[in-house]
Formats: sequence, structure tokens, C-alpha cells
Amino acid sequence: MRKPDSLQGSLDLLVLKILSRRPRLHGYALMMAIQDSSGDVLRAEEGSLYPALHRMEEAGWIRAQWGENEAGRRLRRYEITAAGKKQLEAEESRWLALTAAINRVLRTA
Amino acid sequence: MPLWSRIWNVFRAERLNRELDEEFHSHIAEAIEQGRDPVEARRAFGSPLRQREVSRDVKLIAWLDSLRADIIFGWRQLMKRKVTSAAAIASLALGIGACAATFRLIDALLLRPLPIANPERLYALFRQGADADGKTRINDSYEYPLFQQMREAVKGHAELIAVSGAARSDLTFGTDQETEKAYNQYVSGRMFRAFGLQPALGRLLHEDDDVTPGEHPYAVLSYDYWTSRFARDPRVIGRTFRMAGHLFEIIGVAPERFTGTEPGTVTGIFLPTMMNEGVGHVDWSWVRVFAMMKPGVTVEPLRDRLRVTYRTFNDERAKAFPNMPRRFIDRFFHQTLLLEPAAAGVSGMQRDYAHSLTALSLLAALVLLIACSNVANLLAAQAAARSREMALRVSIGAGRRRLVQLVLVESLILAFLAAAIGGAFAWWSAPFIVSKINPPDNPVRLFLPADWRMWGFGLALSLTVAHLFGVAPALRASAVRPASALKGGEDPHGRRRIMHALVAVPSGFCVLVLFVAGLLVATFDRLSSQPTGFSSERLVTLDTVAQHPVSMALWDQVKDHLRSLPGVEAVAMAGWPLLDGNGWNGVISVNGEPPTDALAYFLSVSPGWLGAMKIPLLDGRDFQAGEASAATAIVNEAFARRYFSGENPVGKFFETGQQRTRFEVIGLVKDVRYRNMREPITATAYLQFAGQDFNQATFIVRTSSVNPLALAPALRSGVSRARPEFRVSNIRTQLEINQAQTVRERLLAMLALFFALVALLLAGVGLYGVLDYSVLQRRREIGIRMAIGARPAGVAQLVTVEVFRMVLVGAIGGLALGMASTRYIEPLFYQVRPTDLGVLAIPSMTILLVAMLAAVPAVIRAARIDPVEMLRSE
Repeated sequence: MRKPDSLQGSLDLLVLKILSRRPRLHGYALMMAIQDSSGDVLRAEEGSLYPALHRMEEAGWIRAQWGENEAGRRLRRYEITAAGKKQLEAEESRWLALTAAINRVLRTA
Repeated sequence: MPLWSRIWNVFRAERLNRELDEEFHSHIAEAIEQGRDPVEARRAFGSPLRQREVSRDVKLIAWLDSLRADIIFGWRQLMKRKVTSAAAIASLALGIGACAATFRLIDALLLRPLPIANPERLYALFRQGADADGKTRINDSYEYPLFQQMREAVKGHAELIAVSGAARSDLTFGTDQETEKAYNQYVSGRMFRAFGLQPALGRLLHEDDDVTPGEHPYAVLSYDYWTSRFARDPRVIGRTFRMAGHLFEIIGVAPERFTGTEPGTVTGIFLPTMMNEGVGHVDWSWVRVFAMMKPGVTVEPLRDRLRVTYRTFNDERAKAFPNMPRRFIDRFFHQTLLLEPAAAGVSGMQRDYAHSLTALSLLAALVLLIACSNVANLLAAQAAARSREMALRVSIGAGRRRLVQLVLVESLILAFLAAAIGGAFAWWSAPFIVSKINPPDNPVRLFLPADWRMWGFGLALSLTVAHLFGVAPALRASAVRPASALKGGEDPHGRRRIMHALVAVPSGFCVLVLFVAGLLVATFDRLSSQPTGFSSERLVTLDTVAQHPVSMALWDQVKDHLRSLPGVEAVAMAGWPLLDGNGWNGVISVNGEPPTDALAYFLSVSPGWLGAMKIPLLDGRDFQAGEASAATAIVNEAFARRYFSGENPVGKFFETGQQRTRFEVIGLVKDVRYRNMREPITATAYLQFAGQDFNQATFIVRTSSVNPLALAPALRSGVSRARPEFRVSNIRTQLEINQAQTVRERLLAMLALFFALVALLLAGVGLYGVLDYSVLQRRREIGIRMAIGARPAGVAQLVTVEVFRMVLVGAIGGLALGMASTRYIEPLFYQVRPTDLGVLAIPSMTILLVAMLAAVPAVIRAARIDPVEMLRSE
């Protein structure tokens, strides 16, 4: 069954968070990490993941380096930058504020 | 940084593509490695090409990338047709170069602000009045005492500055034998401070250097003169030179860019006005007056204040002429004072050449427009040929804007290439034109810096030009309807209309160029074939100065010595050579009546001058040696007509001057040109050198040699050998002096002829292109007509008649435009009228002739069409 791709603009947040914990991931590993750590609930499609990665790279939040895996195949691995960490903080607090607000609505209404 | 990397990525797009592809591939490979089904993994990933496009647009600036692609594509398109592209670029380059060169000249002479502080606050005073013929004349020289009064009148509102005209004078840093010439300008001591100038060396003149007449012998050199004469030697400060009877001390060097206030002349030495004899004379007008406005001062009230002072001064002066007719007083003294912005300085060259440059820029612009229409023509033909390509692009999703950009980029490449070549042409041609404006002993020097003004003009011009010829084809290309274009059918009339415009417009412009050029060439022709009335062949003039005024007897000694030199046929003396621009005039009264308001010219001459100049004596006799004290005069025919109602004046009398000296007319001579080739010949009286001593005159030497200048060294040393206190300051042949009268006209005629030839060539090439292309387009129709019996003559008519009609329409339009526009450059013409039959007929005939020549290849091509082959191939 296809999981909804509607990460609702929080894809950046997820990518930055995962990269802050586990540096030097390539695109596929990142995709799997999102899937795994969300308990198979969230899933990033390739069609949105790569534009997002390249956009954040141009914005200077993450940087990429070519490396090789054990089998010797070239991979493009991403890691978070200082600017990215700042961005992550901002996104995270924005997210927490948002969810807290939504929770309040759900509780009181 | 991100912006930079996005721009940078545009230029490494290939590598970017490879990297993206590799990343996507490794993604899929990784997925398969993790155990996913290869087909499913690929499907889940989606189209890598689309992924690549999306990521690419993130990583680079999309419009810049498409622009880059279009430039490469456009360049390839141009390289595909090397010959036509080169022809288009060459003709555009010529047009752009001509425009840029004239702009350079106009900018340097008329527009560029002086390198001073607040040039926008600098104004100049002009006086406007009518001359004897009722024509408006603008004059800008003032009497120094008047200047002083005006300066006081506006104190606190504006700083008035007096500046004399730049004069080329003799001076010496050593002995008299080492005399040299330099441009000097007498300036108010306050000038440098008012202009906000700082010295490059030493100090500049200031207020205290300009107080007592004759007491401030200080000089400031211009940077240019310091460089050329002293190689920037700092020890120049404190050196002295002798000039006009004063010993001047050099106190400083002006800043590098300031070369005086007269565009066209580079001043070498600035001197305080107080060192000029003119400061004490109420009747010498010799200074220009500039006004440096204080901030916030408005022009009109200041001007009115100056007018009051001006009027009072002249009313006072007019009292000295109680017998003058009222009309004369009014005309002479009561002119209207004007205060005009003078940020670019004021010079005679501006006045002389403003109209000429206007005419030249008109011609250059027309040549450029003809070139543009040729290129538009070429691009239109190509756009038509490319309509299938465009249709294909539209079919696979290209937007209209994208297509316009595609075609416009091609035009821009053409325009910029042409501008680069044209810029090089202007770089060379503008100084070349300036170097042609060099009457003997008075070469023009104009600074022509290449700065942002030039670059800005070049850029604006190329962009304008590219849009002029590029927009129509671009819009046409973008308006393509894929369905109809791919089928091969299109509205043929639309194309025909454009073709008509592309024939009529350049033909009209070409006729206009020919028309104006014809007028200018005819002007030069008439002016240079004007009889002078005297014989200039083998004549040398020696402008000679004595250290101090000496008697006529000493001058005669020198004259006699020169006469004894080998190769000399006759020697005479005159105040100055005829036609060198000098003049002396005054009022005449006859029989004790009040003076008339027409002025007569005077010239001091020695006995034998008439013979040396070969001026025919009609009646009476020449002056004789030894009767210098007698108040006698020889007059010309115009004088007799003017003051003696055409009767023989010999034996009659006239009076002149404030003392009303009475002269007896002893001879009548034929009219000769005195001051100028353009003005009508005026009444002239030749007088003897007055009894007083004098220190300046010109020896007129008729030699027996065809090249009279070969005698120059012998004559020069002969003068000093005869009397050591004499020195020749300038040697010119009379022919040289005469030719200087037509320097401007010669230059204009030459350039106009050049523009006319280029315009004709371009128009001819353009017509050829249009005709040839139209035959190519209509070959099917022509084939059918021939198959059903049309004769070659009929085919030729079919092909050409429309084009000729359009050429004719263009020619008529061009002539109409010409007659309307020549009003603005009329002062340039001499004895030619824009309505003369020849002036009208020649351009029309020429363009028709060129059109016929251009039609020949197309007609041959049409006649050679083989109907059978043509119809079979279709």
C-alpha cells in the first residue's frame, strides 16, 4: 500500500533532523531512514526528495560529497552544515509550536 | 554564494547533468542492492530525465541557462552562413562606427562638461543683436571695464570670470632667436578657485594676482604644455619667459584634465587678465564672461541685473559718438544680453562646427538605418526559411517568449559583433577627422577620451539597432501557426508588404543621404571656385614683428633687402595678408554728411602692393614711395558703389574715424575678397601705413618658384639679416591661407561623399537581396507563366516593376524629407538651394541606376528558370 507523500512541508525538517543525528547518508539511505524512524508511516518519494535535497544544498544547509560504498560504487553523501543546524532549530521549534497549537485545539474543541 | 554557484553552474551544465544522472543511477542501484525488484525500483523512481530537469532548475538560473543555449545556437546559425553574416556585420559596423565617431566628436565639443567643480552652475554671457543686413548675430566678447562693473553688480550672487580667447603667441624662454609659439589665455585670478581646481605643481593664480594692470607677471602652465614642452620637469617653477613685452614667471601647473574653457583648443599658458593691455580700454572687446552661480541663485533676476549694468555702460559709451545715426548706436551698443548654460565651455569651434556635426550625425544615422534595413531583410528571409523549424519548436512546447528570445539573441550577437568592429572604426576615425581640421598655424586639438559616456552610447546604440532589425522577424517567427506552417502554406501577402517597406525605406534614406551630400559637395565646389580677385600663385606671406615700434624707413630697408634676394619677383607690405581672418573696419562719411551705418573695411598697404597681388587698377594711380604722409586712399568698386553711388571716386574725398580724418581717393581697383569667402564683398579702402612707428606687418613676396615655400628659409634669415631687431613669426603661402577658408567645407564634402558612397553600396546590396529573394519565392509562379507563354521581357517586368515603384516612392519621400530637414543645416550651404533641379534630380537618378544594376542578377535568374524542370520538381 502506498503511504501518503503528504509530509506537509516538513520534509526539510525530517531530512535535517536525520542528518544531524546520522551524518554522511546518501539519498536512498535517507529515504529509508525517514521510513524506518517514522515506523513506516512517513515516506518520502524520490520525486520530492531529490529536489528538496538539491534545494537545501544550494541554500547551504547541507553539503554533499562523493564517496564510495563497500562495493566500490560512487555515492553522493549528504551532511548538515552549521547553517543547516540553525535552520533545523528554527524548523523544529516552529513545528513544536504548530503541533502544540493543533493539540490544544483538538483537546479543547 | 548560492547565487554565484547558480550562475557558475550555468557554465558547467554538462558536468551538472552527469553528476545528477550518476546520483540517480546510484540511488536505483542501491535500491536493487537492498533487495527491491529492479523494475519496481525504476518505476518508483519515475523518469530520470524529468528528475534531472527539476533538480537542474534548482541548481542553476534557468533563464540564464536558456540564454546560454540560445547564444550558442545563434552563433552556430550565424556561422552556418558565414558570408551573409559577415556582410551584415560589416555593414552594421560601418553604420555603428560612423554614429559612434560623430557622437564622440559631438560629445567632446558640445556636450562633455568641463572638468571643474559644479559645471552645471557655469553660465556664459552672450549678446545678441542684428548686423547691417538685419541678420541675428551672437557675440561673446566684452570690454574689460564693462566686465568689472558687471562683476560688482552681481557680487554675492555669482562669481563673474573673464577669460580671453586662446591666442597663439610668440614667446621665448631664452633669446629672441629661440622664439616659439604657444596658446595662451588671459584669465581672471579668481577663475581657478571658482572652478574648484587644485594645482598639479606649485600654485595657481588667485585674486591677488589680478589687481593692478601690468604688475602681476605670473604664469600657470597647463598640464599638457608642461608635459609636451618640459617633460614634466618639476624645476619649471620659477623659470621665466618673455612675451608681449613682459617677463613672466612660471608659478605652477594646472590640474591634468583642465585645458582651458575652449573645446577645440588646448591652452598652454594661463596669465592674469591684468597683464593684458586691454584691461584699460573701454573700447576693446576681448574677454568672454563666465558666471559661476552661487548655489540657489536663479538665472533671470541675475541676468536682469547684468542687463541694467550693460545698458548704463553702453549709454555712457554712446555719448562719445554724438554724430552717429541713432540706428547705428542702437545696433552697435544696445544688444540683448543673454545668460546661457556653459557647462561644456564656449569656443568658436563649437559655433563653427555645431551645424556640421549635426549634418554628419544625420548622415551617419541614415547609413546605420540603411544597414539595419538590410539586416532586417536578411533576418526576415531567414525567418521565413526557418518557419518549419519554429513550427516544430512550438509543437514540442516552446513558448512564444522563448521563440522571441531565440531570434532576438541572434540579432544581439550580430549587433554586438558589429559594435565591436564599429567601435574600433570610431576609435580611429574620430581623431582622423579632428586632424583634418587644421588651418595653417591653428591646428584644432580636441580631447576624445573613451570613458563610460562612449561605452554607454555604444551599448545603447547596439541594443537599439538589434531591436530595430530583430523585433519584427522575432515576432513573426514566434507567431508561427504550426499546423499551417508544417503544411507549407502561409499568407504570401504579408511577406510582400514587408518587402515593399524594405525596398522603399532604405531607398528613401539613401536618396536623403545623396541629397544632403550633393548640397555639401556643391557648396565646397562653389566656395573653392570663388574668384578671390587677386593672384595667389607663388605668393608667400611673412608675418614679421619688430622688437619695438620702428619707423617706415626701417621697414623699407627690410623690404628692399628681400627684393634683392634671388628668386624674388616683387615685395610689398600689408597690415596682414588678405583672407587670413584679420579685419579692421570703421564708419565712412562723405562730403561732411553724418556717417552712414554701413561699415567699410580698411587695410594698410605699401606702394607696390597692388602690383604684387596683381589687383587690377581701374582708374587713378597706386601709392608712391615717399608720400606716406599724404592722406590718400585707394578704394574698391564696392566702395564706389556704396558711398559714391557708383560714380568714379578718384579725386573725391571721404572722412573716417573719430578724428574724422579726410582722405583723398587717388585710385579705384577691382573688388577682391578681404576677410572671408562667404560674405559678399564689402566696401574696402586701402590706406598707407600711418606716419607713426609700428612693430607688426606682413611682407608679401611674389616669387618666381612654383613652390614658394622653398624660399622660406632664405626669406626668414633675410629679414633678420637686413635689420637684427626684425623677426619673422609666421610664414605661409597665400594659397594655404585661401584653402584655410574652406577647411570645414572640404571636410564636410569629403565625409558626405564617403557616406553617400556607403549608403549607395548598402542600398544596392539590399535591393539585390530583396529582388533575388523574391524571384526565389516566386519561381513556381514564374515557371507556370513561362510554361503558358510569357516572354523573358514580361518576366523581367513582373519581377522588377514593383520594386522600381517602391524605389520611386522611397526617392520621393527621401527628397521631401530632405527639403524639410535642410532648413536646420542651412548655414552650411553656400550658393546652393535645396530646390535646385540638379540637386533634386541627381540623387533620384543615381538610386534608380543602382536599382537597375541590382536588378540585373535577379532578372537573369528569373529568365533562366526552366518551366519543365521547375514544375517537375514541385
